[in-house]
Amino acid sequence: MKTRRSNNHPKSSPRIASGEHAASGPLQPGTAAPNFELNSTPDQKVDLIHFRGRPVILVFYPADWSPVCGDQLALYNEILAEFNKHAAQLIGISVDGSWCHTAYAQSRKLHFPLLADFEPKGAVARTYGVYDIVTGECQRALFVIDREGIIRWSYVSPTGVNPGADGILRALESLDKKKELTHA
Amino acid sequence: MPDQSEGPTLSMPVSDRRDHIQGPPAAAVTLVEYGDYQCPYCREAYFMLAKLLPKLGDNVRLVFRNFPLTQMHPNAEHAAEAAEAAAAQGRFWEMHDMLYERQENLEDDALLTYAADDGLDADRFESEFSQRKYTDRVREDFQSGIRSGVNGTPTFFINGHRLDGPLDLESLTEAVTIAMGSHREAKSAKHHRPHA
Repeated sequence: MKTRRSNNHPKSSPRIASGEHAASGPLQPGTAAPNFELNSTPDQKVDLIHFRGRPVILVFYPADWSPVCGDQLALYNEILAEFNKHAAQLIGISVDGSWCHTAYAQSRKLHFPLLADFEPKGAVARTYGVYDIVTGECQRALFVIDREGIIRWSYVSPTGVNPGADGILRALESLDKKKELTHA
Repeated sequence: MPDQSEGPTLSMPVSDRRDHIQGPPAAAVTLVEYGDYQCPYCREAYFMLAKLLPKLGDNVRLVFRNFPLTQMHPNAEHAAEAAEAAAAQGRFWEMHDMLYERQENLEDDALLTYAADDGLDADRFESEFSQRKYTDRVREDFQSGIRSGVNGTPTFFINGHRLDGPLDLESLTEAVTIAMGSHREAKSAKHHRPHA
């Protein structure tokens, strides 16, 4: 199911005003991924450092239940096996609260954690340079982090456009090639 | 590192031998659809194409590839396999059309009934369907879709380039018409190229 053609999002992603952290855009490849600990459910927290040793795919998205986000997360949910081939952990992040995430994940049968960047609102998204100060939501941004915790690929998609999965898969393949070369 | 500065393009070229194609090989425009039989938007697209394609005659050919979103649509994968089993008996498009027209019921027993209604060899169909003979074929389509930047269903590629933006009859007609124009220009430029 897809609804990307109808951009129901209330506002388009603005160019961030100067003085805001997000003005710098997404953290770039080569940067150490800032650590964070966020709730995945009302009583469970996820700590990024816990995944050290595995690639991590961070998916920042504007909102649970919004049409494009639903399609994007449904697509990733469908190809978890592809991500698993690279031993990669997929993590979704939005400013929605953990109760909202729980209901959304159950409704869409999502098999990966959705983290609540809820309080202080958008703090992690700001750290990664992908907080939209006009809508008060995360931008639609992807990060691939390597086994050592270094960002190796980042991409920000226009809010109404579902970026698909090919970029993520190419980044993961590139990580695997590097690993092979290092161990050769 | 990956470059997404240009729009996604079809990673698996259209093959006369492998693909399900409706329309002449020499058509100016090749429209590839990645679709899911249980997706309501794909059903809308099916009716839209039924209006659009006859108007364009031999200028356009349609290719259908499977992209079942199995977590969201529990019957989509079996429906795709049923269409492939019909294809093995030379009746792909008939089954494809029937699945969209009868989308309200895509349970396994309904699929078997549709095969019988379509006049297929019922024993062969049932045997191939129950043995999941076409699972790999459907997964291959799906994989090629992911690699091509399919981001939901339906996703269309016009002459290899992903179609983004609104998907309604007007927009699709416009996109196809533009592609037909580009094809004509390219052909005419080739024809008039002066000898060196």
